[in-house]
Amino acid sequence: MWYLCVFYHRLLDYRRPEVESLAELFAGPGGGESVEWRMPENHHVDSPFHLVRLPGDERLAAQVANRSLLVKGIYELWGHGTTYEELEKSVTEYPDERKLPFLTPESTFKIVIDSFGKVISSQEQNEIIESLTYIPFKGRVNLKKPDHKFFVMETDDYGSNNGLPPVVKRSIFFGREVGAADRHLLPTYQLKSRKYIGPTAMDAEMAFLMANQGLARPGKLVYDPFVGTGSILVAAAHFGAMTMGADIDIRVVRDGRGPDCNVWSNFEQYKLPEPLCLLRADNNLPPWRPGLKEMFDAIICDPPYGVRAGGRKSGGRKLIKGVKGPYTVPDEKRDNHIPSTAPYSLAECVHDLLHLAARMVVMGGRLVFFYPVLRGEDGAASPQFPEHPCFKLITSSEQILSFRYSRVLLTMVKVAPYTEEIEKMAAERHQEFRENHHKWMEEGNLHSAVFEPADGKPDRDSKPKYRGKYV
Amino acid sequence: MRLLTHNMLASNVRGATTGYPLTLEATKWCTKEVELNADFIRGLLPKIDWRALVDATRALGLPELLPEEQPPEEEIFAEGAADVEGSAIRRIHHALLEVHVQEGSLVCPDTSRCFPINKGIPNMMLHEDEV
Repeated sequence: MWYLCVFYHRLLDYRRPEVESLAELFAGPGGGESVEWRMPENHHVDSPFHLVRLPGDERLAAQVANRSLLVKGIYELWGHGTTYEELEKSVTEYPDERKLPFLTPESTFKIVIDSFGKVISSQEQNEIIESLTYIPFKGRVNLKKPDHKFFVMETDDYGSNNGLPPVVKRSIFFGREVGAADRHLLPTYQLKSRKYIGPTAMDAEMAFLMANQGLARPGKLVYDPFVGTGSILVAAAHFGAMTMGADIDIRVVRDGRGPDCNVWSNFEQYKLPEPLCLLRADNNLPPWRPGLKEMFDAIICDPPYGVRAGGRKSGGRKLIKGVKGPYTVPDEKRDNHIPSTAPYSLAECVHDLLHLAARMVVMGGRLVFFYPVLRGEDGAASPQFPEHPCFKLITSSEQILSFRYSRVLLTMVKVAPYTEEIEKMAAERHQEFRENHHKWMEEGNLHSAVFEPADGKPDRDSKPKYRGKYV
Repeated sequence: MRLLTHNMLASNVRGATTGYPLTLEATKWCTKEVELNADFIRGLLPKIDWRALVDATRALGLPELLPEEQPPEEEIFAEGAADVEGSAIRRIHHALLEVHVQEGSLVCPDTSRCFPINKGIPNMMLHEDEV
């Protein structure tokens, strides 16, 4: 069935993929691919109003909306128009057998007037509600707990500053709410009230979006090889998944900031089941036993790519005067020895991640991770993403972080089993990728490209008024 | 560290052939309740090395917890087995997910390299000369 899907006007690139992932999660394999989209007349894809066809019945649409972070609501559209006269005609023409079951005398209802890009005073709102006499409401009004909620949603024409994309024309929608998002999660999980965070802790909204892309749910195992303070696993655990994490920095995973302020305490704080496992390990030399494969249902992570925090791997050397080659640790110091580490370039880090995922993710499981992209350069519109023969890229969602660079959330699904030939092929593709991205894949280059002083002042006046993906 | 983790880990020290299974030496361990999910156990079980799991429970002084041979799946996932105290699925769930080693070490069978477990977190990092 087709619905009106109204989004929050933020993270524009992440909105449709989230609905598709949740359709996959609730409707089963193939559910995501069966989702279809259309735009209402005179609307741009950046507009909050989309028409969506979801598999299954209304319950599924409600499940999708309830779990989503970016869907404001999913509605059965009863009518729309560019004026209230057109709206009346459209609603009147909508078949009675769809409308009357929700207008019965035993039911309670509520009408909400909502707007985007304009303000409607409460007096105007009352006038709009009173003008709906052409709909035969028989039930009683209940503002607190109505059985049915009806929405009148109005947008304005594109104005100078109302946040609407330039092509949008005034439109009015009337619909019955089928399901709505629960954004109460966000104040509960916001980072500022979390006990243990680090400089690169993932903000709660994005972590939930990542967990949705990774199809986290009860009975599934989610792994984060760069766990840090556990911010991504907290979101996955909230949705009922079992979690495991590893990090190269033992101070972060083991010690935190004391006995009540560490990764474990973050799970305790939200009464979530604690991770099944946290360990200190190097993603470059993963400590998994030979023959172990297909353990995780999803790998969800934010790899260190050297802009805010750089990656490290084993194998640095302690340079002692006159000693060449790796430092040999004296036996009496072995117990508390802290091995030195070497920088871990982005290309190598991503290669290791794809390789690990190819081996350790179940068939049909997902790999969800962030990948940095420099903006305003060759091919910024269609950047080349890392590839692996075991994985199919299903969505890429850009989040603009600065004038210079963005990060893109890549969602990949495992489509081929891991074999030795695959491993060889992957190494070749990696080499190819590495050569193409040679310029900024090496340690430090991305960092300097992002923080390099500008040649001149960016021309502020030339910036378009409509901010699109910046929201 | 849960015994599930122990079951997955190997030593990758230079010179180790398989580095598996790691010998578990626990000085402090406890149990932490985890909600039982039969589907999760069903997915996990084929990937578990039963021998290593049994040896790990023995190393903790729990010789009664698991039988020498893995019970047949029909028995483990029998209707309602999850609600019966002491059933195979409950024991397996307990062994894999609820036993938590807080302090101790994991010893590589090939090289005797000792990986410490501290505050429940195994440290699998290698020294410079072991990579």
